[in-house]
Amino acid sequence: MQHIVIIGATSAMAEHCARLWVHASPVRLTLVGRDEARTQRVADDLRVRSPQSDVQVMTTDFVNAAAIAQTVNAIVARAPVDVVLIAHGALSDQATCQDDVLACDAALQVNGVSPVLFAEAFAKPMVAANHGTIAIIGSVAGDRGRKTNYVYGAAKGLVARYAQGMQHRLAHTNVKVVLIKPGPTDTPMTSDLKAKGQKMASVEQVAQDIVKGIAAGKPVVYTPGIWQIIMLVVMHLPRFVFNKLNI
Amino acid sequence: MKAVSAWGRLSDDLHDVQVLTDRTQVTLVMAAHQPGLAFGNGRSYGDVGLNPQGHLWHTTGLNKLMSFDEATGHLVCEAGVLLRDIQRLFVPRGWMLPVTPGTQLITVGGAIANDVHGKNHHAVGSFGDHVLRLTLARTSGEVLQLDWSTAPELMSATVGGLGLTGVVVSAELQLRRVGSPWLQTETLPYQGLSEFFELADASERDWEHTVSWIDCLSGPSLRGIFMRGNHLSQAQAEARPSLRAALAAQQRKASGKALAMPFVPPVSLVNGLSLKPFNLAYYQLQKLKSGLDVAHYEPFFYPLDNLQHWNRMYGPRGFYQYQSVVPREGGEAAVQAMLDAISASGEGSFLAVLKTFGNREAKGLLSFPMPGVTLALDFPNRGERTLKLFERLDAIVREAGGRLYMAKDARMPRDLFEAGYPRLSEFIKHRDTGISSAMSRRLMEY
Repeated sequence: MQHIVIIGATSAMAEHCARLWVHASPVRLTLVGRDEARTQRVADDLRVRSPQSDVQVMTTDFVNAAAIAQTVNAIVARAPVDVVLIAHGALSDQATCQDDVLACDAALQVNGVSPVLFAEAFAKPMVAANHGTIAIIGSVAGDRGRKTNYVYGAAKGLVARYAQGMQHRLAHTNVKVVLIKPGPTDTPMTSDLKAKGQKMASVEQVAQDIVKGIAAGKPVVYTPGIWQIIMLVVMHLPRFVFNKLNI
Repeated sequence: MKAVSAWGRLSDDLHDVQVLTDRTQVTLVMAAHQPGLAFGNGRSYGDVGLNPQGHLWHTTGLNKLMSFDEATGHLVCEAGVLLRDIQRLFVPRGWMLPVTPGTQLITVGGAIANDVHGKNHHAVGSFGDHVLRLTLARTSGEVLQLDWSTAPELMSATVGGLGLTGVVVSAELQLRRVGSPWLQTETLPYQGLSEFFELADASERDWEHTVSWIDCLSGPSLRGIFMRGNHLSQAQAEARPSLRAALAAQQRKASGKALAMPFVPPVSLVNGLSLKPFNLAYYQLQKLKSGLDVAHYEPFFYPLDNLQHWNRMYGPRGFYQYQSVVPREGGEAAVQAMLDAISASGEGSFLAVLKTFGNREAKGLLSFPMPGVTLALDFPNRGERTLKLFERLDAIVREAGGRLYMAKDARMPRDLFEAGYPRLSEFIKHRDTGISSAMSRRLMEY
C-alpha cells in the first residue's frame, strides 16, 4: 500500500484529495492536524469510505520547528513515505494583518514558514530513499502581491520560491516537488466570500486536479487550469495599469 | 447577502448565508444567526427551503460519513451528505439507500425534512421509514439524540417536518442489500387511466419499482408509458456477460462531464408550440423500447441528473411543479378531472408522472405520501393563467380528500394545506421558534 501523508488534513481540499485516494485503492494514510477531534472525524469518514485503508491520526504544533521535526521523524519511522501533501493554511484578513503585527506574524508563520519546514523535514528521508513526491499547496495569490491580500500572498510566494529551489535541487533525483496553485475555491476557509456570492471553483474539482497533478509529478499545477492564463496576464500587467486596479 | 433560488427559479431573493462545516459548531451558528432555516442542495421546487432577507444555514459542508456497520447496513452520516455519494460508495459494496426520489442530488437532511419517496413506495414506504436515529440541533442550543422509541413524537415531527423542528445534524440510516447495480425493467405503453390502474395493481406484488409517464395533452384517449423494475441479483447480473462492458461505460459517463443547460433561454422552451410534438415523439420512442430490458440504477432512477441545470429550460420566469395525491377511492375520477382541466387550459409539461402509492401511512406528521395515486406535473410560470389553472386543480384535490406535496409547492392556499394535513396541530407544538421559512410564514403562524 502507498503511504500518503497529509499535513493539515482537516482542510477541505486535503480532505477531498484523501477521499479520491482511498476511493482509487486502499492506502496507508497518516493525517496530521492541529485539532485531534476534528482530525479524527476526517479519519472516521475515510475509514467508512475505505475499510481496507489504514488511517492514522497525529497532531502537532504547526508553528513550532522542533515539533515539526519530531512529527516528521515519527511518521517516517512508521513507514517510508510515497506522497506528502502539505495543505494547511489560514486565509488571513489583510486589514487585520495591517493593523496588528502579531496577526501578520501568525499569518506568515502558518501559511509560509510552516509548510516550508514540513517540506524540508520530509525531503531529507525522501532524498535518502530517492523516492517520493512532496506536494505543497500554494496559491495564485502568491504570484503577484495585491493590496487586498498581500500578507497571505507573500507567505504563499515564499512557498512558491522555496518549491522552485527544491525542484532545481532535486531535478536529477526520483523525488518530485509539486507546487499547487488553486484559485478561489469553495471551502470553509472562503465561506465569507461564498456568503457574499463570489463564484468559486468546487473543492471536488480542485481536489481532482491536485490528485492528478501529484500522480503526474507536474512541477506546477494551477487549478482550475484557467488560472494559469489569468495569472499570466496579472503578472505581466505594467505597474501603471496594475496600480489602478481594485483587486 | 446572497441571491438564492429554489429549483423552480420563481424568485432570487437575497439571503444572509451561513455555511455549516463542523457538526460540533452547528448550535453556535444557529444561536448567533436566527431566525434561520437549513438549506441543503437546493432541489426543492418552491419556498420550503427559502427564507428571503433572513438567515440560511447551508448544510452541504456537513458531508462526513461517521460509521458503517457491514453486518446490519446501518450508516451514520452528517446531514449534508448527498444521496449520490452514498449510492456511488455503497452500491459496489452491495448496499443501497432503500428510498431515493427522482434525483440523487439532494442531501440526507433534505430527504428527511421532506420525507421523500421513490418508485418503490408500495414496497418500502418513504425515506423516513428507514431513518433509525437523528441528531437534531435546536436554536435553544440543545443537541438532541432522537430515535423512534425514546422520542417518537419529535421524530415524527422532524421526519417530513420541513426543517422547522431544528437542524438535522446527522442521521443513522438503514441501507438495504442489493446484488448488483442493475435492474430488470419492463416498459409498457398504455391507453387510458383504467389501464394504468390495472397495470399498477398487477405490478404491485411482483415489481419493486413502478412509475409512469403520461402525455398530459393527450385528452380523453390518455396515453402513457408504464415502467417497472426489479433489482438483479449478483447471480442474475453475472449471467449476463455484456453487463460488464456496460458497467464500465456507465462509470465513464458518471465520472465524465455531465451535459448542462448552459444558459437561461429568453422564453421557456416548454411551451404550446414545443409540447405536443415533444410528447408525441417521446411516446413513440418509448413505445419502440417497450418490453423487457436491463437498466443501470442511475439512468432508471435519476433520468434528469445527467442534464445539469435542466430547470433553466423553463426560461427566466421559472416554473411550478404541481404534485398532488388523492385517495384511491374516487382517485381515478379526480386524476381524470385534473388531466381534463390541464388539457383544456393548454398548459402543461413534458415531465408528467403518475404513480400509485402503497397502502401505508407515512411516519411523519406532515409527510406527503398516503394511500392513493400521485400526479406530478411541471408548468412554466405564465403568471396569472398558470395560477388560475392551479385553483381549478386545488378544487379537485380538496374535493377528493387529497393533498399537495410541500417540497414542490410555492403557492397552495392555507385552507388546502390545513385540509390536506390533518395532523398539523400536533406538529406545531414541536416547532423550533428560532426557525422560519417563506413557506412556514405563508402557511402557518410564523
